[in-house]
Amino acid sequence: MNADVLLANLPALLIAVPLFGAFLTPVIGRFLSSIRDAWVILASFVSSLVAILLAAQVYAKGTIVYVFGAAPGVGTIPADSGGIPIRILFTIDGFGALMLISAAIVSFAVILYLTLSQSKRSYRSEFYALYLLLTAGIFGMVSTGDMFNFFVFLEINSLAASALIAYHRNGGLAAEGALKYLIVNTVGALMILFAIGLLYAQYNSLNMAVIASQLTLTSLNILALVLFIAGLGTKAGAVPFHFATPDAYSVAPSGITALMIVASQAGLYGMFRILFSVYGHVFTSETVGWVVIILGVLSMFIGVTMAIPQKDIKRLLSYHAVSQTGYMLLGVGVALAVLGDIALTDAFGRMAMEGGLFHIINHAMYKGLLFLAVGAVIYRTGVWNLNEMGGLGHKMKWTMIFFLIGALAIAGIPPFNGFASKLMIYESTFAFNPAIAVIAMVVSILTLASFMKVFHSVFMGPQLPEYEKVREVPKRMLAGMAILAFFVVAFGLVPDLVVNTLVAPAADALLNQGQYIASVLGGGL
Amino acid sequence: MIANLPFIAVAVLIGIGFAMVLLKRNMIKMIMGLGILEAAVNLFLVSLGYREGGIAPIFTSAPEGVEMVMPTVQALTLTNIVIGVATTALMLSFVMLIYKKYGTVNANEMRRLKE
Repeated sequence: MNADVLLANLPALLIAVPLFGAFLTPVIGRFLSSIRDAWVILASFVSSLVAILLAAQVYAKGTIVYVFGAAPGVGTIPADSGGIPIRILFTIDGFGALMLISAAIVSFAVILYLTLSQSKRSYRSEFYALYLLLTAGIFGMVSTGDMFNFFVFLEINSLAASALIAYHRNGGLAAEGALKYLIVNTVGALMILFAIGLLYAQYNSLNMAVIASQLTLTSLNILALVLFIAGLGTKAGAVPFHFATPDAYSVAPSGITALMIVASQAGLYGMFRILFSVYGHVFTSETVGWVVIILGVLSMFIGVTMAIPQKDIKRLLSYHAVSQTGYMLLGVGVALAVLGDIALTDAFGRMAMEGGLFHIINHAMYKGLLFLAVGAVIYRTGVWNLNEMGGLGHKMKWTMIFFLIGALAIAGIPPFNGFASKLMIYESTFAFNPAIAVIAMVVSILTLASFMKVFHSVFMGPQLPEYEKVREVPKRMLAGMAILAFFVVAFGLVPDLVVNTLVAPAADALLNQGQYIASVLGGGL
Repeated sequence: MIANLPFIAVAVLIGIGFAMVLLKRNMIKMIMGLGILEAAVNLFLVSLGYREGGIAPIFTSAPEGVEMVMPTVQALTLTNIVIGVATTALMLSFVMLIYKKYGTVNANEMRRLKE
């Protein structure tokens, strides 16, 4: 076992490490409960490290195609298989690497926070095991190149997430939110499985690249596309599939909600992967692009208008999550609408796409930070209602600073990261259709207004007598927030660098469908 | 016509399943609707792999010149059944928690999260 073998098998370790950590956590919790927290943090750290190393390899060497169960040197298409990749493949290109980085950072920051914020609850071993399973589900979804494999990881993701929502339950509310989330996601997943069946019936393969290379625009394939968009839109929590998202996000423990943001973005990953890498070359009209744009605009607008009147602080943030998903759909939808036209793609399509993808990783950072900061407030005060809070800034200075960073980032104020990606989306959509850009800016202003209200009613004002004994949260919870705050500020200070090194390869990977197919069918390795 | 019968059954089952999930207010019945939906998708997958007169897909004992049914979709169906069991169990345990708290399984009578 030397380092080369480990490096060559990173895609397998990506799934194996969190699974191994998850299955050992209850055992360690039973016999060596004193080191359980350390073990969970270690397992999460190693799996994040594997994900980041893998992403670094992708950025250095290009798409990685990993064949499960094959001896070293066997290509993706064995000689005796008749030209069909028969094994399960992991295909990690620039887009997958971007999602891996965002999932890795958030999952590690959140476990630091969770091991303290849940420390007074019971049955924590199984809770952390489910957390690691959720991480494995996200990693699997964003790196697999096999349709059915994708479905299985999607189900792992949904099951682990809904179990976590209701785990440390808050009366019957948590079970109610989790049940809604699970029912909606199961219907979505079954639609996706039906669509996979439709594609398999025609092309006799489950491999995305093989299907993509043979795909034509028949009516069955259009039906499959509709089912894919609906099912993955449900997972991503975009309007009109958003009913379960606010209920589920607002009742889950705050750390879990931060990771569920990334889990829902894995649904967005799936949608963009299907739209660009599988269906990309058959679109000649703007129709599908417009469908995605309209979904995005509706999500943005309905999300933010529903958020403004909310009293429950986590429910307010959850509606903002729906709203921010709209920006990503908008950016990528504009790129999809001009996909067939190379001149327009170069003029603004690529920039819209980069803005949308950049917003994915930015949203994971700042919305995670906001949920952790709000969770810290709830951890100390036990109050969820905005009207009952006030004056907490006197005692919880660091939490206040972190919340402010997140709030300014989500509202798109420079120099934080939300500004960088939103500016790219504004500029490119303005070139595409000025009306949409205006809507996007109005939504941003409403977001800013809403967060100023929250900030004011939670942290500002005179110190209230009932919060006399409130103290700052422990250092490890602050460390989790600090990691995310660091990336929020860093991405905002050097957006060009981040876009060029991280986001541009992801946009290339999506726009260049031929490359994706060739990387798998060309023998791989 | 007779060859398309499984697909017609799939369409009917999907219709029944969706209607149950959307229209029923009893949460147990909603979960049963999801079970029917899942059964429909499973039936769809299995009937995709069916070959007229095909034999079991075991290469070593296969006689010459006989078609086999497709094994991949059967493996997929099996996986989906296992996932379905896990999902249903989890959903039923949520319903149990809700029943303990509110004393009802009717979705309308639950305390609304929205308030």
